Amino acid sequence: MADENDNRRVVIEVKNLKKYFELHTGMFKFMGEPLYVKAVDGISFKLHEGEIIGLVGESGCGKTTTGRLLTRLEDPTAGSVIFEGKDIAKLSGKDLKDYRRNVQMIFQDPYESLNPRFTVQKTVMEPLIIHGIGETYDDKVEMVIKALEDAGLRPAEEYLSRFPHEMSGGQRQRVAIARALVLRPKFIVADEPVSMLDVSIRAGVMNLMLDLRDRYKIPYIFVTHDIAVARYMSDRIAVMYLGKIVEIGETDEVIFNHAHPYTKALISAVPVPDPDHKHGRVEIKGEIPSPINLPKGCRFWPRCPYAQKGICDVKEPPLKEVSPGHFVACHFAEKFLEEDVTEKTMEV
Amino acid sequence: MADLLTVKNLSVHYKIQSGWVYAVDDVNFSLKPGETMGLVGESGCGKTTTGYAVTQLLANNAYVKADSKVIFDGKDLIKMGTYPSKDYEGYRKIDEFNADMRKYRWKRISMIFQGAMNAFNPVYKVGDQIIEAILAHENMTEQEARKRVEELYDLVGIPKDRIDNYPHEYSGGMKQRAMIAMSMALNPDLIIADEPTTALDVVTQDRILGKMVELQKKENVAMILITHDVSVVAEMAHKMSVMYAGHLVEKGTAREIFKETAHPYTEALLKAFPSIKGEKKKLRAIPGSPPDLANPPKGCRFAPRCPYAKDICLEKEPPVVEISPGHFSKCHFAEELYGELSGGE
Repeated sequence: MADENDNRRVVIEVKNLKKYFELHTGMFKFMGEPLYVKAVDGISFKLHEGEIIGLVGESGCGKTTTGRLLTRLEDPTAGSVIFEGKDIAKLSGKDLKDYRRNVQMIFQDPYESLNPRFTVQKTVMEPLIIHGIGETYDDKVEMVIKALEDAGLRPAEEYLSRFPHEMSGGQRQRVAIARALVLRPKFIVADEPVSMLDVSIRAGVMNLMLDLRDRYKIPYIFVTHDIAVARYMSDRIAVMYLGKIVEIGETDEVIFNHAHPYTKALISAVPVPDPDHKHGRVEIKGEIPSPINLPKGCRFWPRCPYAQKGICDVKEPPLKEVSPGHFVACHFAEKFLEEDVTEKTMEV
Repeated sequence: MADLLTVKNLSVHYKIQSGWVYAVDDVNFSLKPGETMGLVGESGCGKTTTGYAVTQLLANNAYVKADSKVIFDGKDLIKMGTYPSKDYEGYRKIDEFNADMRKYRWKRISMIFQGAMNAFNPVYKVGDQIIEAILAHENMTEQEARKRVEELYDLVGIPKDRIDNYPHEYSGGMKQRAMIAMSMALNPDLIIADEPTTALDVVTQDRILGKMVELQKKENVAMILITHDVSVVAEMAHKMSVMYAGHLVEKGTAREIFKETAHPYTEALLKAFPSIKGEKKKLRAIPGSPPDLANPPKGCRFAPRCPYAKDICLEKEPPVVEISPGHFSKCHFAEELYGELSGGE
């Protein structure tokens, strides 16, 4: 779905990926029509070498499920994720284990994602043991030290025998990053990696992740609800709403030149650290609907201030290219761009 | 206009097994009726303790230093709600069941608690919980109290038929709004809002902050907004106080703090925040981590992480300097650095 002229190597390609969770399983399975929670409902994009895509949206929009599908912590209902020419949904056994070596995940809560009874050395070395990397024990220790230093824990020797409870949140998240890095992954899914951290620590972890990208060209999928963080981290931003990507494009294009009313509402709601800034609020009505009973037509129309009866509630808008590499799923995207809505609302 | 709330030399220390935690030391600020003050800082800096000390909702290992004063509407609440501790000279202990203090809680000073998601009792209907709060303070019949709840629900934008729902039937944003309704129930003069929107999505956060500003203007309520998010303060507050490791390091109007920063910590904090406006700037992390308050550093508590620190900073606790009328900074070099430091945008 990216820019077709982009000639960087594609690391991962997502094609029409879907994940439906069935309700009423077990005993209730045979009662009535099966109901599905459509957590991810047909998304496509390509992730290039050294690229960071920020996946943003409100809670329940399917961004975390997307991350879990890419790491195959969930099996997709339909669609495919192509990695090195193979569809990861069909991998099993040794191939799947190899894939898991190539993709790593960094989780939100460093207080829960580390085993409290493992030392740092054991935590970071465990993936090496599982995947049988490193000839001798000393080789493994060396790799662990290298990974810790890459993650900014210097001198690494000092941290090796520590337990998670002896470290601050920022240090723990760095251990989690080291654990991901030690396998030299081909890409990383980071699920809200900085949202639990304090402000002064957060900037350090974000800068570290950007440095690692620059150094090793590892692409990231960066899942976050904070658009300001997504802007700082990503090359491209994909905005999700109820399981669909509603807008995707270069970061500044999406932030300053967005054409989807949902993106616009989302951005206008972000508080700006400047007391002189007055933002034009774009009111969106109501709450995010249940992903079980999706509205007909465009999923956003019941909350959209620009929705038109007879169009938006009838036909689902396809994702179309409004400018090179910038895709929007809205019937009126071109119109919004012409009217330059962003300028009007952002700088009132 | 007279001050509604004056906090003077407030020090709250917690007794722990191995000694003391100097959570809040020598904090001073004041608030006029209808004003909003943002109290910002990182976790563990003492902002919540400061806020809760006003109504003395502190843990029972908290000791307030004897010379601390919280003067609310002419009355010293510390004197009223605490008694001299027998075991520690110079400290006062909180009298949890003080009847005078109870008259102030919720009626005059109400609170919006951190994580309103869990602030409601899950086995009682939300409406009943608000009615209970009203009946505890006002001489009303239950019907009248219910009427008041209906008005409040109108005010915060929750449909009236939701009064008889249980908390789990509400979404996160609705619970937060119900919490705001509850805090407004008795027309208080001051609301202490502790991270009121931290757990919410941006769209919901924006809506709730908007609602709070609207209600505040209408009812002329003063507010202390405790948050770690400086951008929320920038949108909401007139005044701003920045805390670091138990000290109030800078206070002034929100504009002064953002545009005429006079403390290195404030500068560092503002620089660590990403923004969606303007040029993309490289964020600067603050090296190191906040000190352990059981064993705070001698001298300025920020000195070990401060890029401008000199020898004196490690030795002597800095005085509070008034940089311009109403704008204070607790830094040895406040005057030299004033104008040099770059704030937000």
